[in-house]
Amino acid sequence: MIELGKYAQPVLLAYGVSVTLLVLLIWQTVARNARARRDLAEQEGRRDAR
Amino acid sequence: MSIWEYANPVKFMRTSGAVLPWVVTGAVIATVSGLVWGFLTPPDYRQGASVKIMFLHVPAAMMAINCWLMMLVASLIWIIRRHHVSALAAKAAAPIGAVMTVIALVTGAAWGQPTWGTWWEWDPRLTSFLVLLLFYLGYIALWEAVENPDSAADLTGILCLVGSVFALLSRYAALFWNQGLHQGSSLSVAPGERMDAIYRYPLYLCLAGFFLLFLSLLLIRTRTEIRIRRTAALQAREVRS
Repeated sequence: MIELGKYAQPVLLAYGVSVTLLVLLIWQTVARNARARRDLAEQEGRRDAR
Repeated sequence: MSIWEYANPVKFMRTSGAVLPWVVTGAVIATVSGLVWGFLTPPDYRQGASVKIMFLHVPAAMMAINCWLMMLVASLIWIIRRHHVSALAAKAAAPIGAVMTVIALVTGAAWGQPTWGTWWEWDPRLTSFLVLLLFYLGYIALWEAVENPDSAADLTGILCLVGSVFALLSRYAALFWNQGLHQGSSLSVAPGERMDAIYRYPLYLCLAGFFLLFLSLLLIRTRTEIRIRRTAALQAREVRS
């Protein structure tokens, strides 16, 4: 077990907030990219159908 | 072959698609192993276990500043040469830089509380970092507020030039004013100031990890912006015909 002593609160706060923000940023980036790829494929499909 | 060939969206999509898996793999390996290694380092004789915050704070702060400087270069390319990919890359980078700035501010506050006895102080470097965050938020808001993409790129390009003053101030504030609580460089190589290898190597790995993470997210987000722009162009063509 890692001993953080009296610094447990600030260290865990820093790691908790940072990891949460990075995960949210990565999730938003990947989700937005997937949506943009889907929308473009749909639009190109409509163009090719015409 | 000229570097300007990559300003062609098709060429950019092809090249970025080829390098992206390698960059993402490197980012995951370096960031995860660097943070785990940093978290497992022994307590510092002066700062105790709070030194573990450094492995988040220093890479995030460096990326926050360097991201804005990357946006500056991309904006200048847009303003001078009118390459759309560079304007879209600057737009794509802003949310990453904003998150890095928030991480730097939060981890800085968490580190400052046990070290300085306060979560926040109107210290030159802390204050300039807060202003940098406001510039990031203003930059993102301006892109959203202006409907015409070329006008938005022009206006945000100018904002980026102005904000670069604060990005540089954030980097050198501790040296300019030589006052306040914040120290100078964390990566000093001066004799007697050099960090012990037990902390230095995991910090280098975290710096590499955060850089590769930034690059991965930047490439994905720029590809997203190019796809959104292409979709909008096709929709406009469909409406016209």
